[in-house]
Amino acid sequence: MTTLLKVEKITKKFGDFYANDQISFEVNKSEVLAILGENGAGKTTLMNILFGHYTPDAGTVNFEGHAIEFGNTNNAIKLGIGMVHQHFTLAENLTVLENIIIGRQSIFSLSLPKRQARVKILELSKKFGLPIDPDELVANLSVSEKQRIEILKTLFLDCKLLILDEPTAALTPQETDALFSTIRNMIETGLSVILISHKLNEILAVSDRIIVLRNGSSVGEIDTHSADREKIAEMIVGKKIDYPQKKKIPRKSKVLSLVDVSYNKTDAPKLSKVNLDLYSGQILGIAGVAGNGQTTLAKILSGHFKPTQGKIVFNKAKRVHTSPKSFMDLGVAYIPEDRNSDGIVGDMEIWENAIMTEMDDSYLRNSLGIINKKASVGRSENLCETYDVRMQSIRQRSRLLSGGNVQKLLLGRWLMRKPKIIIACQPTRGLDEGAIASIQNLLLKAQQNGSAIILISEDLDELLTMSDDISVMYKGMLSDPTETSSTDKLSIGLRMAGDGFL
Amino acid sequence: MIEFIEIIFTAGFWAATIRIACPLILATIGEVLCERAGVLNLGIEGIMSIGAMVGWMTVFLGADLYTGILAALIIGGLFGLLHSIFTVYLGASQHVTGIGITMLASSLGFFCFKLILPASTTPPKIKPFQPIDIPLLSELPFLGPAFFQHTPFTYLAILVVIFAFWLMNSTPLGLSIKMAGENPMALEAQGIDVFLVRTIAVVLGSALMAVGGAYLTLSAFDAFYFGMINGRGWIAIALVIFASWKPERALLGALLFAGLDAYQVRAQQLAGAIIPYQFFLMLPFLLSIVAMVIAAKRTRYPKALLIPFRRGERH
Repeated sequence: MTTLLKVEKITKKFGDFYANDQISFEVNKSEVLAILGENGAGKTTLMNILFGHYTPDAGTVNFEGHAIEFGNTNNAIKLGIGMVHQHFTLAENLTVLENIIIGRQSIFSLSLPKRQARVKILELSKKFGLPIDPDELVANLSVSEKQRIEILKTLFLDCKLLILDEPTAALTPQETDALFSTIRNMIETGLSVILISHKLNEILAVSDRIIVLRNGSSVGEIDTHSADREKIAEMIVGKKIDYPQKKKIPRKSKVLSLVDVSYNKTDAPKLSKVNLDLYSGQILGIAGVAGNGQTTLAKILSGHFKPTQGKIVFNKAKRVHTSPKSFMDLGVAYIPEDRNSDGIVGDMEIWENAIMTEMDDSYLRNSLGIINKKASVGRSENLCETYDVRMQSIRQRSRLLSGGNVQKLLLGRWLMRKPKIIIACQPTRGLDEGAIASIQNLLLKAQQNGSAIILISEDLDELLTMSDDISVMYKGMLSDPTETSSTDKLSIGLRMAGDGFL
Repeated sequence: MIEFIEIIFTAGFWAATIRIACPLILATIGEVLCERAGVLNLGIEGIMSIGAMVGWMTVFLGADLYTGILAALIIGGLFGLLHSIFTVYLGASQHVTGIGITMLASSLGFFCFKLILPASTTPPKIKPFQPIDIPLLSELPFLGPAFFQHTPFTYLAILVVIFAFWLMNSTPLGLSIKMAGENPMALEAQGIDVFLVRTIAVVLGSALMAVGGAYLTLSAFDAFYFGMINGRGWIAIALVIFASWKPERALLGALLFAGLDAYQVRAQQLAGAIIPYQFFLMLPFLLSIVAMVIAAKRTRYPKALLIPFRRGERH
């Protein structure tokens, strides 16, 4: 086997923080190397070094015997390295074709060879089974189509090594399967792939070799065929994962009912006559393919939307005024689907985000209404400690937190209020194994303390382990709940596809 | 009442429209280039001003008119380079830097003017570009005097629109500029230097702004005086939004504004006795605001406008 890429003792610091510490590994021809690790373990930083976005503080990288010139993406591309970034690197105001061909001529060249490029793109698209329309504007594409463009972009460069940074994070299971068969096609034509993911099942299915990173260091290397799922999970987290154990508690009083709630506006998917009862200490799972009205329901339950018809009845409360604030005061906690845009303000510091919803608390203010910084920082530090939010400093900008830590911060902020009802939308989407287990454990603990939880998720495993009852949403309709113990994946899957709905 | 409608059927009205539009066309396209690459250039008013001075002074000191345009082009490019050092390479605030450049360039221009010509009380004059008749076309009735009896500088401005259209739509540089203003990370991921692309766009755009200023002193008038740009740069900033950052629509927007301006001068003469002339002066601005409100509703800003790109940092 010939070595394609040789990485030796790469070290990269951000301030005093070691994002990568003396990492070494090799990639052979025609193999899929998986790099595993928690959010924030240094995987993306390492790839950004290989591709020339970052300059490392120490170490060397050799590609086919040539030393890579750091901090120069053009050099990496010329050598034959292609990268599909975690966040798409596409310009939405340009067409697919334009996004692919840019950079192949000098910017001082006077012509754009669009015709030849189109032929080549269509050829590649056919060869690897990646259907696209070259003249479509990128803004009009779905997430999986954008993903396809990203892969075509690298294939168009005739790359020899393809780096895929969490390519499946935004894909549905079917789209993921399609991507993996593309990867296998590529390997057959002689390409090598570095695949980054934290979905263990995927890695085990598609990779040849696995490297595990933890806190910026490489902690092990295994051949995939001799790997064992639980052992890898432990290597990633560095300790035994405390997988959530569900305990059922007796159902108590009813805290919330929806009576024939409909939503009929054009700004969100519609709801038609949704009925729902929620009891304290209950976790009600809501399954469904994205876009069937789950987000609308969550926004109605959290006071963001006013139903066009029907009633929301809270325990005791007589009249309900539709606003997020009054719902919060009634004890509703809302974990939004897109935590980074709707949950926190990325450019504000961690302590600011931690107290943002608590400004009614006179403990955090002085008599003139000015924020008491000492009390606020203290409260925030306490929150981060209680809920294990790992950070470099409380004054750090929140966008630099990993996904799991953002979610713990958000959930912690709500749990400090001891909410009666928690509306959790896709609470573990995109998180790594360790973080998923922590979030699920926090939710279960809240349930034990008497909170009622509505868990909206696309992950059936999660719904089956967490919920007491499961309802399915389909085209804005909500099915009656079924007890989790008397249902299974298959029957939920069928109902998600519309079976049993009128 | 019929006289008010007859105005737009006179060749003089159309000729004036084009004359008034030219500096706006050049400046707006200059700003389009900058903003498309993600850099707001509020230095526009000052850059136009110094372009007007340098172009005029070059001719006054003995060079020919085309050298005057070239001198304006170069001084504009230099101020563009200054703007990009601060906003592109150092990531400073584009608003603050731009306003600073406007103050610096307009004051420096007048200061140098006074240094070279300390004694003059009435502004000295040069012999500006003269209208040339385009063979055959200029003899057409109505169309001839309206569109084909302009100065060479005017035709040059129209050529700039065609050049900008070609640049933005058919060259790798144009594509890179559009990408730099939308998602600079995408540009870097394709191996292109974002800083370089943004700098080229700002330098080129600023050069065009300065040429727009020089149109005033070399073609529209024959003298330079302080404050002669008179807000045309700010109008161009608004026209960029009206134009949805497209060169061809910048031409349209500039013509629309210029048309309103040319109209109000003529309407003033007709009705000046009854309606205060200030009302007519206000008209182009008022109607521009209305047009902007309608056009801006559907417009889509370049996503990375105002956001500095920082290499090798976590995003």
